[in-house]
Amino acid sequence: MSATSPVTTAPTSQAAGTGASPGDLSVRGVLASEWTKLRSVRSTVWSLAALAVVTIGLGALVSAVTNNRWRTFSFADRLTFDPTSRSLRGVFLAQLAIGVLGILVITSEYGTGMIRSTLSAVPNRPLVLAAKAIVFGLVALVVSEAVTFVAFLVGQSLFTSPVPHATLGQPGVLRAVVGSGLYLAVLGLLALGIGSLIRHTAGAISTFVGLLLILPLLLQAFPTSVQTALGKYLPLTIIQAMIRVQPTPKAFAPWAGLALLGGYTLVVLLAAGVLFVKRDA
Amino acid sequence: MIEARGLTKNYGATTAVDGLTFDVRPGMVTGFLGPNGSGKSTTMRMIMGLDHPSAGAVTVNGRRYGELPRPLCEVGGLLEAKAIHPGRSAFNHLWCLAQTNGIPRSRVNEVIELVGLRDVARRRAGTFSLGMGQRLGMAAALLGDPSVLLFDEPVNGLDPEGIRWVRNLLKGLAAEGRTVFVSSHLMSEMALTADHLIVIGRGRLIADLPVAEFIAQSSRQFVRVRSPEADRLAAALRNAGASVLSEPDGSLAVTGLPISSIGVEAGRSGVVLHELSPQAASLEEAFMELTHDSVEYRGDLLGDPALGDPAGSIPNGAR
Repeated sequence: MSATSPVTTAPTSQAAGTGASPGDLSVRGVLASEWTKLRSVRSTVWSLAALAVVTIGLGALVSAVTNNRWRTFSFADRLTFDPTSRSLRGVFLAQLAIGVLGILVITSEYGTGMIRSTLSAVPNRPLVLAAKAIVFGLVALVVSEAVTFVAFLVGQSLFTSPVPHATLGQPGVLRAVVGSGLYLAVLGLLALGIGSLIRHTAGAISTFVGLLLILPLLLQAFPTSVQTALGKYLPLTIIQAMIRVQPTPKAFAPWAGLALLGGYTLVVLLAAGVLFVKRDA
Repeated sequence: MIEARGLTKNYGATTAVDGLTFDVRPGMVTGFLGPNGSGKSTTMRMIMGLDHPSAGAVTVNGRRYGELPRPLCEVGGLLEAKAIHPGRSAFNHLWCLAQTNGIPRSRVNEVIELVGLRDVARRRAGTFSLGMGQRLGMAAALLGDPSVLLFDEPVNGLDPEGIRWVRNLLKGLAAEGRTVFVSSHLMSEMALTADHLIVIGRGRLIADLPVAEFIAQSSRQFVRVRSPEADRLAAALRNAGASVLSEPDGSLAVTGLPISSIGVEAGRSGVVLHELSPQAASLEEAFMELTHDSVEYRGDLLGDPALGDPAGSIPNGAR
C-alpha cells in the first residue's frame, strides 16, 4: 500500500479527441454520463420490466376476458365496443411504473449523496437536469412505445370472431397506440420534475400518486358541474381519451390533452430547474 | 491554491461560517481544524460550489468552482465517504463521473488500481465496507488528476492500516506540488499529516499558521512538582516569584520560574521532592484550549472554571 507518488502519470490534456471542447464541459459527455447512470442501477431494469409486464399483461387479460364474455354484451355495448382501448388498459398501471422511475432518476441521487458527486463533476446545474430529462425521456419514450405496440398487438390477437378486432390502419387506432406511449414518456418527465422539486423518494411518489389518482377521487365529492369543468384537466382524463379511438365526452381531444400534459411538465421542470440552481445541494 | 475572502454562510438566524478569509497553498498539506459543528464541512461544500455563500467568495486556482472549465481536472473532493449510489458498481460510479469531464476509460482503471479496488471494481458499491467506500471516494477525487484536493474527515471510521494509507497518500500528493486541504476534528491526526493549520471555531477563523508554530504557541510549558509538604513548598515558590497551582492529585503546577530555581528553592526550604519534571500540554489540549471558547456543545467537565480561565489555567493531566 505504498502511495507516495500515486498520480504522476495521469493524463490531464485529453481534451482533444474526447468531444470536450476546451473551456467548457461537453454536453455529449454529460448525456453519456446520465446514460451510464441510468443503465447501471437495477431500479431502472425493474421499473421498465414492471412497465412492460403490467401494460402487456393487463391488456392481454382484459382482452381475453372481453373475448370470453362477448356473448353477454348488450347490443348497445357491442355497438360502442372499442377493441383498441381494451388492449391498452394496462397503461393505467404503467403510469405508476414510469412515474416511480422518473422520480428515482433524481431522488436516488439525493438519497445516496450521489448528487454531490454529480454536481462536483458538473457544476452547471441546468445542464445536469436537462441531461437527465433528455436521457430518461428518450429511454421512457422508446420503451413505452415498444410496450404499447406489443400490448396492442397481443390484445388484438386475443379477439376471435365474432368479436371485432382493430388494426393499425383504422382511423384513430395508430393515434391511440402512439399517443399512449408518448403520454407515458411525458408523464415520466413530469414525475422527474416532481422528484427534483421534492428531492425525497417517498415524498415525491406520494405527491405523484396524489396528483394522478387521489385528485380524481377528491373531485368526485364536488357537484357534477364542477367535475365536468375541472375533470378534463386531470392526467387520468387525458389518458382515458387517448386510449380510446372514439371521442371521449367531458375530455379534451387526445392531442390537445397531451399538449396540456406537456405544458404541465414544462412548468414543473422549469420550476425544478430554478430551484435546483438556487438551493444548496 | 484556494482563496477564501470573507466567506459567510447563514442558515436562517444561525451563522455557520462567519467571514472566513484564508489561503490554502500548494505543495503542502493544510489541515482544517475545528470542533464538530464549527463549519468545516459547510466551508468545504462552498469551495466545491455545492452550497452558495451568503456573503464573500471562495476561488480555486483563481476561479469560482462553477467557472472551472473541467472541474474534476482541477479539483478533487472527498466530501462524504458515501456520495455514491449503492446500487452502482465502483467502475460505473467512476465512469459516469469521468464521462462528464472527458476523462478516458483507461484513467478510470488507473485510479481503481491506485486505490487497490481492482478485485471489487464490478461489485455494487453498497456492499463495500467503510474503508473500501473511502477508497472509492479517493479514487473519484483523483480521477481528473487535479492540482487541488479537498478531503473532509478522510480517516473517520478507518482502521489503522487505512489511516496510514490515507496519511501517506495526502503527503504524497502534497509532495507532488498539489494543494491538499484536509479537515479533521482531531489535532493529533493533523500533527502527523499537516504542515500548515487553519483552525476555526463557530465558523470564525481562530488561527492560520504552520503546525510547528501552533504547537509552540499554544502549548503551555510548566513544571510539575510533587512533595509531601506541598503547601510549604508552594508558599516558598510564590515568594520566589512563581505562580503555583495545586492540582487535584496533590501535585503542584509551577510556571514563571526555571526548573533549576525550583530545585534551589526546595533545597533552601528543606522540602523533600518526589517529582520535579518539565511538562508541555499535549497537542489535543492545546487545540482544546484554543477552541474552547467556540465549542458549540460541551459537557460539564469543560465548563469547569479552572479550564474556563485560559490566563491562569494549566491543563490537567498534562504529559
